[in-house]
Amino acid sequence: MKLRALLPLLAFLILVVLLGYGLTRNPKDIPSPLINKAAPAFDLPAVLNPDDKVSDKNFLGKVTVFNVWASWCSACRDEHPILVKFAKEHKTTIYGLNYKDQRADAIRWLGIFGNPYIASAYDVTGNTGIDWGVYGVPETFIIDKKGIIRYKQIGPVTDKIIADKILPLIRKLEKE
Amino acid sequence: MIPELGHFSLILALSLAIAQAFFPLVGAQLNKTRWMAVAKPAAHGQFIFLSIAFAALTTSFINNDFSVLYVATNSNSLLPVQYRISAVWGAHEGSLLLWSLILGIWTLAVSLFSKHLPPAMVSRVLGVMGLISIGFLLFMLFTSNPFDRLLPAAIEGRDLNPLLQDFGLIIHPPMLYMGYVGFSVAFAFAIAALLGGQLDSAWARWSRPWTTMAWCFLTIGIALGSWWAYYELGWGGWWFWDPVENASFMPWLIGTALIHSLAVTEKRGSFKSWTVMLAILAFSLSLLGTFLVRSGVVTSVHAFATDPTRGVFILAFLGVVIGGSLLLYAFKAGNIKSAGRFSLFSRETLLLTNNIILVVVCATVLLGTLYPLVLDAMGAGKISVGMPYFNYMFTLFMLPLVFLMAIGPLTRWKRQSINDLLGKITIIFIISVLTGIASYFMLGTISWSVAGVIALFTWIIGSSLINLYKRVENKPNKITALTTIPLSFYGMFLAHIGVAVFMMGVTFTSHYSEEKDIRMKPGDSLDMAGYNFQFEGATEVNGPNYRAQQGSIVISQNNRKITTLKPQKRLYLVQRSPMTEAAIDASLSRDLFIAMGEPLGNGEWSIRIQYKPLIRWIWLGTIIMAIGGLLSISDKRYRYKRKRLAS
Repeated sequence: MKLRALLPLLAFLILVVLLGYGLTRNPKDIPSPLINKAAPAFDLPAVLNPDDKVSDKNFLGKVTVFNVWASWCSACRDEHPILVKFAKEHKTTIYGLNYKDQRADAIRWLGIFGNPYIASAYDVTGNTGIDWGVYGVPETFIIDKKGIIRYKQIGPVTDKIIADKILPLIRKLEKE
Repeated sequence: MIPELGHFSLILALSLAIAQAFFPLVGAQLNKTRWMAVAKPAAHGQFIFLSIAFAALTTSFINNDFSVLYVATNSNSLLPVQYRISAVWGAHEGSLLLWSLILGIWTLAVSLFSKHLPPAMVSRVLGVMGLISIGFLLFMLFTSNPFDRLLPAAIEGRDLNPLLQDFGLIIHPPMLYMGYVGFSVAFAFAIAALLGGQLDSAWARWSRPWTTMAWCFLTIGIALGSWWAYYELGWGGWWFWDPVENASFMPWLIGTALIHSLAVTEKRGSFKSWTVMLAILAFSLSLLGTFLVRSGVVTSVHAFATDPTRGVFILAFLGVVIGGSLLLYAFKAGNIKSAGRFSLFSRETLLLTNNIILVVVCATVLLGTLYPLVLDAMGAGKISVGMPYFNYMFTLFMLPLVFLMAIGPLTRWKRQSINDLLGKITIIFIISVLTGIASYFMLGTISWSVAGVIALFTWIIGSSLINLYKRVENKPNKITALTTIPLSFYGMFLAHIGVAVFMMGVTFTSHYSEEKDIRMKPGDSLDMAGYNFQFEGATEVNGPNYRAQQGSIVISQNNRKITTLKPQKRLYLVQRSPMTEAAIDASLSRDLFIAMGEPLGNGEWSIRIQYKPLIRWIWLGTIIMAIGGLLSISDKRYRYKRKRLAS
């Protein structure tokens, strides 16, 4: 028996450990280095109208939810109705970051699934996403009135996360 | 009573599977003929009881027996009968039963068409398939019994998911499973050969038709899924790199590599341990796909309802089957001697390149599929890597593969002189480049990358034709000589052309599709891609278990009416779920695709109109590939060898 012949088995065992680990874990947020730091600056055209601009300055003076999305992201499709409902029910200020997407796809997507955003920044290169430390789509940030990031959610927002985390935090931040 | 009969049949099938695994495998090791003889009767019996179980579940569906939990969850008395039958495999439990039944069919086929094989080999192959069957039957009986009763019985069923109430779903899963499960035959042959230490070209020749057959089914199965997604999801896309699509695509990639590597092992006696590895991998990826779909570790539109015990069970099963075979490989593969030396430039080298590229592509797809899971395991939440990654990586690796695909069949085994090859292909190469350049300047709006693909298309077709010509070049009567070429050559010829056709479809659809989402009131019209679309308004129509708003759109070109399309927005009454039924005017050169969006009041609708050039070529290409596969199986070489060995 050659050691080389054991390599496939070894690779497979690593995979099994990973899969087994995946079975036991639920999505959890990990601390982002950006928490309690100022929101990274950006200035991008809006998705719906390229002449409009969306920048980090828009976040100042109110508590803002900033949601990273893309039309190619299947998890976003699950998340979207929850955001739409959330925006409608709680009058929350939600901005979007449309990440590495095509404008036409993004517009169509909003047309079909609804648009919970005041505006979405069109980040076709993904550079702003990198500045914001986006791992993958979707991600959601909460930014306080002074423009400081106070919370980051990796993966889709659920009703439970909104009720348990996002809404209490927004209420608290609004009083600050 | 009928469900209990089904349940009992499953238990009997399990007992027979145990007999089919134990006696032949041990018997082959100990050389006990009478133990080995158990294999075939056990396989036949198992097939019969699986059929009874399947028939029992189908009967419960047809009779609307809502005292069966699975039927109550997935059917309804208003559901048309053809969907009641296809609902059998519409959800987790029943699709597992289908999986087992199909494994039973393949096992039966192996037992019937293996008279020419040495008894020890047949026993081992059937024994390994029995082992797999045990795993799935245990899984079904312990975690996912489709015959569980619901007491008291439901008065009405919850209906089948409306997305699945479609012709595509009737045939897509059976085809796909025929492919997935079919790789278990190649797998069983590989394990049997490792156990018996008989890895020779005879083994490769026996495996080849089975592998190609499974590959054909998988090709068609995947294509059907893509076609279904195209017209049924109302989105107009045909491939999404969804984890479950990837789960079916990875075994296909490895299966394609395996087909090519088996050719080397059969003809030259080389690549033996590599071929065994691919056979193990192809089926392992089929199993991994099953795990991904049914355990809930990845998010997907296809994912079945999840249950942690199922995940743990399948993972344990994966560990035993794949881990066990890789362990066996580790012990035995070191002793495999590959014969057949070859020089750096030869058909072997090109086929090795083919294999490496396909495996690398499969690895990138696996990485992209599992990357979200890796992050998830680190507690980073569920995310999508997304189409940009997959499209980029896939194109990056596949273009060189397709380029080499044209050269491979023209090269000789063992050693190929470069000058000789250049003599065959230089002209075609120049013609292809010129075609590309000409199309860039003549077709107007074309981009260089599309012109490149046109050149590549010409390159594949041209070199395939050259290859065909070379086969009859020195024959006195070239036309009759064409009939003497083995069918397996035509199989390869067609399969490669299928790839070229597919590539053209993908390129044109992704570059030149036009689409508009517009607001239309009755009488409004839109001009797009040379067509005029006039909206005539929407009316209400009723189906057996849904209500629909049906739009009517007249399409004309140069003021001549072509057709009227009637897309629907359906509301399925039981699940209260809306569904978009797109209407499509299909032709070889383009599809016109219309889907209804939302009603906007006053008879106005948002409507999506798409123009998709050459999209049919995508599925046409896959059909051509599958026909190619079928042709090579029909090659008389396989039957001739059988007769000779039998006598």
